[in-house]
Amino acid sequence: MVDEVNMILEMRKEDAAILLRHFRWNKERLIEDYMDNPPKVLEAAGLGPSSKSPARLEAIPGFMCDICCEDEEGLKSFAMKCGHRYCVDCYRQYLTQKIREEGEAARIQCPAEGCHRIIDAPSLDLLVTHDLAARYQELLNRTYVEDKDILKWCPAPDCENAVECAIKKKDLDKVVPTVACLCGNRFCFGCILNDHQPAPCELVKRWLKKCADDSETANWISANTKECPKCNSTIEKNGGCNHMTCRKCKHEFCWMCMGLWSEHGTSWYNCNRFEEKSGTDARDAQARSRVSLERYLHYYNRYANHEQSARLDKDIYTKTEKKMVQLQTASGMSWIEVQYLNSASQALQTCRQTLKWTYAFAFYLARNNLTEIFEDNQKDLELAVEALSEMFEKPIAELADTKLKVDIMDKTAYCNRRRIILLEDTADNLANGRWTFNVDLKSITPNASSGVNSRG
Amino acid sequence: MSSSQKRISKELQECMTTPPTGMTISLPSESNLHTWAVKLIGPPGSPYAGGSFNLSVVLPPDYPFKAPLVTFATRIYHPNVTNDSAGSICLGMLKAENWKPASRVRAVLDAIRQLLIEPNPDDPLEARIADEFRGAPREFEKNARSYVARYASGKK
Ligand SMILES: [Zn+2]
Ligand SMILES: [Zn+2]
Ligand SMILES: [Zn+2]
Ligand SMILES: [Zn+2]
Ligand SMILES: [Zn+2]
Ligand SMILES: [Zn+2]
Repeated sequence: MVDEVNMILEMRKEDAAILLRHFRWNKERLIEDYMDNPPKVLEAAGLGPSSKSPARLEAIPGFMCDICCEDEEGLKSFAMKCGHRYCVDCYRQYLTQKIREEGEAARIQCPAEGCHRIIDAPSLDLLVTHDLAARYQELLNRTYVEDKDILKWCPAPDCENAVECAIKKKDLDKVVPTVACLCGNRFCFGCILNDHQPAPCELVKRWLKKCADDSETANWISANTKECPKCNSTIEKNGGCNHMTCRKCKHEFCWMCMGLWSEHGTSWYNCNRFEEKSGTDARDAQARSRVSLERYLHYYNRYANHEQSARLDKDIYTKTEKKMVQLQTASGMSWIEVQYLNSASQALQTCRQTLKWTYAFAFYLARNNLTEIFEDNQKDLELAVEALSEMFEKPIAELADTKLKVDIMDKTAYCNRRRIILLEDTADNLANGRWTFNVDLKSITPNASSGVNSRG
Repeated sequence: MSSSQKRISKELQECMTTPPTGMTISLPSESNLHTWAVKLIGPPGSPYAGGSFNLSVVLPPDYPFKAPLVTFATRIYHPNVTNDSAGSICLGMLKAENWKPASRVRAVLDAIRQLLIEPNPDDPLEARIADEFRGAPREFEKNARSYVARYASGKK
């Protein structure tokens, strides 16, 4: 990469390396900006106006070094383009300390207080021994490698931020390194996909591949219309809520499992857990493959449903602002007072994102004594999210009611809290190797960073 | 080491003839140029006004290539100074990666005085005091003043 830049921009390799570092190894941006305005880019990177006049040591009459306070006649001194002049011995000692003791290369500044000019390669060659120059070069290369591993570009469109995270690739089976960019985008540092907690990267990769492969089989499930289980009239889903009421027969059912809605809120109802079939059922190969497909569809159905619901909730969110304005007129509430709808919408989005991945996670999870707790947490969050989603879709007239407002605020807080509990619990077990998966998490292939390389 | 001595004696001389604002500087031991004693008068208008604080400045053997070590010998209630007998100070320019050999002790002392006027709660050594400074400034001022009365009033 350094070679490429130094060829394209016709500059010294060392300068190219410093520029690249300044641009956080984003080659395209460096070249683009440099072509646009070379002096500005050089100045910002601490390389100042490039000049053809070679750097040299000088003995200036009346010169006193500000570092050692020596002023003897004929004292050899040096200054970079910034003009901060010091004696050769001081400069040398400073550079030696920075390179040898502090292992610094691309960030060594002029010794003057407040001057951010970076020591350039010609100056360095002039001042230090061959040995030290070689060490400097080595450090410069290492900076590049280290930076490349701990810096990643935020994948959000139009965002130019790099996010730093010191996660090692070999630890990706123990943690899901979710990072938040300054722009607000949350993504996984391991694979650059959107936040996919609690599922580890390897599971996400496998799951997405499986879904793509099986899309034909599975597509029908996520379709937007279903038939009422009672009267068979066609029902279209038009919000994120899974509580469906048939317009025709008023039958209330759950969109996900098509079961009675009344059984969801109160007693234990296994909408989130796939009931493993008994061994006798799966005796022959055909039955086994049917069970395995059923099992996959069970989880895929719920995964796809939350994805779709999140989309629908988002549609509602785009209408939220309008809704909030209406609400202000209807209820006399101030803008601040209607912000709870915004918070509710945010909570719905993040919680559904999490729920979605809990199903991919559960698909690969082998049952042990912890899976039940996981499913309880999942179910708890899911019920809360559905309840919130339902309140959130209430017409304006009802939203103006203060009781409902309090309920929505409480439910929003509850959802956020339950989400954190689920994620912390799952992450804790993952870190301590307490989960067993029916696939190998260690087979992580290095294509995780391909998205970065193409930009950087 | 002679180059270091030359620089240090020049700095010391300048600091003695024209002391930094609100400070007096002395050498506890005439034979050791590397340890300075500073008396800092609490800046007027700050909660530290009326107090007199002793600081110790130790210049390492490879000064000025290494930063001086500056600590409060007098207890002080401040987000950026440890609330113990060590009196360590959190100051950006004193950190190894920021220190420049051309920087002077005077600049360091000026920065410390400025820190008394304007604490930096974003980079605290005492998180609790920083929170108080931000969230309950009246409480903070009261506590800072009571520390001045207790430890820095000059009466022993
Ligand atoms: Zn010098
Ligand atoms: Zn300079
Ligand atoms: Zn971003
Ligand atoms: Zn990932
Ligand atoms: Zn019906
Ligand atoms: Zn259901």
